[in-house]
Amino acid sequence: MSPIFLFLTFVALLSALGVVFAKNPVHSVLFLILTFFSLSGHYLLLNAQFLAAVNIIVYAGAIMVLFLFVIMFLNLNVDTEPHKPALAKIAAAVAGGSLLLILVAALKDVTPTGVPAGTVFNSQIGMVDQLGMKLYTDYLLPFELASVLFLVAMVGAVMLGKREVGERNF
Amino acid sequence: MIELPALGWQSIVIFVVFALSLLIATYCTYAERVIAAFLQDRVGPDRAGPYGLAQPLADAVKMFTKEEFFPGGANKALFVFGPCLAMITALMSSAVIPFGNIMNFGNNLFFLQGIEVNIGMLWVFGVVSLGVYGVMIGGWASNNKFSLLGAIRAASQNISYELAMGMALIAVLMISGTLSLREITLQQSAPGEWYMWNIVKQPLGFLIFLVCAFAETNRTPFDLPECETELVGGYHTEYSSMKLGLYLFSEYVNIFVVSAVMSVLYFGGFNFPFQYELRDWFVSSQGWELASAQNLITLLGTVGLFLKIFAFIFFFMWIRWTLPRFRYDQLMRLGWTILIPLAVFNIVLTGGLILAGVI
Repeated sequence: MSPIFLFLTFVALLSALGVVFAKNPVHSVLFLILTFFSLSGHYLLLNAQFLAAVNIIVYAGAIMVLFLFVIMFLNLNVDTEPHKPALAKIAAAVAGGSLLLILVAALKDVTPTGVPAGTVFNSQIGMVDQLGMKLYTDYLLPFELASVLFLVAMVGAVMLGKREVGERNF
Repeated sequence: MIELPALGWQSIVIFVVFALSLLIATYCTYAERVIAAFLQDRVGPDRAGPYGLAQPLADAVKMFTKEEFFPGGANKALFVFGPCLAMITALMSSAVIPFGNIMNFGNNLFFLQGIEVNIGMLWVFGVVSLGVYGVMIGGWASNNKFSLLGAIRAASQNISYELAMGMALIAVLMISGTLSLREITLQQSAPGEWYMWNIVKQPLGFLIFLVCAFAETNRTPFDLPECETELVGGYHTEYSSMKLGLYLFSEYVNIFVVSAVMSVLYFGGFNFPFQYELRDWFVSSQGWELASAQNLITLLGTVGLFLKIFAFIFFFMWIRWTLPRFRYDQLMRLGWTILIPLAVFNIVLTGGLILAGVI
């Protein structure tokens, strides 16, 4: 394992823990952005440049900006944080614990077999042109279905954001 | 051992690009005032040094020696982190811009470019989309309503105009078929067709990109995040000393970078008219070697690129001192209901023209 890999993994885990443990929601968001950056670093190590760049643009550049936007409006801080009842805490612990149990149970019998012999690994598969070729030939249907999903989401957003008759915002 | 670019000769290029970005941004502050004075028929800064050329230096001394002020209830760490982030993201994007072609010394090839990656355009776009964090974090950490409003404005403005900008870029990428800025530049240099820059093929796309560039760099007429008539100083209301300096400075670095990107994408980058004829003239009439003639053309091309960049920077300042500010709802309406449909139309148009074999 290269030192860069270890460093990125360290940063990713540490910042992921920071997301959960930070008291301030804005700090949580910033830790999450750092996590995305280290994941992009991992993509770069795997020679998936396109994925790395798109991960930054979409997640760090767009989605997290919106997250931060909303959290800034909410103005959450220690004074306004609602007190959580003990029942909710117990329920959360039980739910999280059972998820952990299932994950461990599912993964404990897995034996890594590696790549089947005779497979030629294409180191250029993460490049834009190769990825585009793959998406538009072998995976055309899932790709088009995903675009239909996006279209539906867009129409929904326009419907929700549409001004009602007689409504004035300013 | 992984070969880092900083270990090779390329590090000199990276350092020069870094230093030039800062130098140009420094003198942009001076140029802004001189151009403002010219447009308003005033004298402008002329006290510090000959023609006031030492004015940026005087400003720097002033910025560094001012009191460092932390507003009450501010989040100190993020308050400091905000301007740093703004500066870092502004400086990062110039790494992939090709400032010149190849220099050839014997058998050593120099790329006049920080790093050549095949996702260059995505890199620039990604870094530009991160630029808003500096403003947002700084505005929020100030614990001031005006700052917060400025930060919120910056965020929604950047997200809105990024969409149109990205779609204007898609049309360019459809023509070029590559994301590498160097490849895009080289494609605009077909011998005998010096006039076929991308601006000829993408006039509408360029217009959309230009408007979005103004919005992304928070320049007038889109400088709503720091609109002093409504928000005192916007996101940097509470900032003083060099932290304020970094915010103001990062704006000029952003202008420089976005001018460079526009020159590369639409105005042929380091290509200039009749470059091949000039090279051949040096070889045939002056008896130069091909390599040294090529090196001269490369250097002239770099000068040409910087002239294009300076022209764009002048254009940015010209607009600033000519047009008044938009109202916020006008800004949003322009972004969502005019620029984005136009950009989609541009993509369809480009696709049609490519199918018809016109471009």
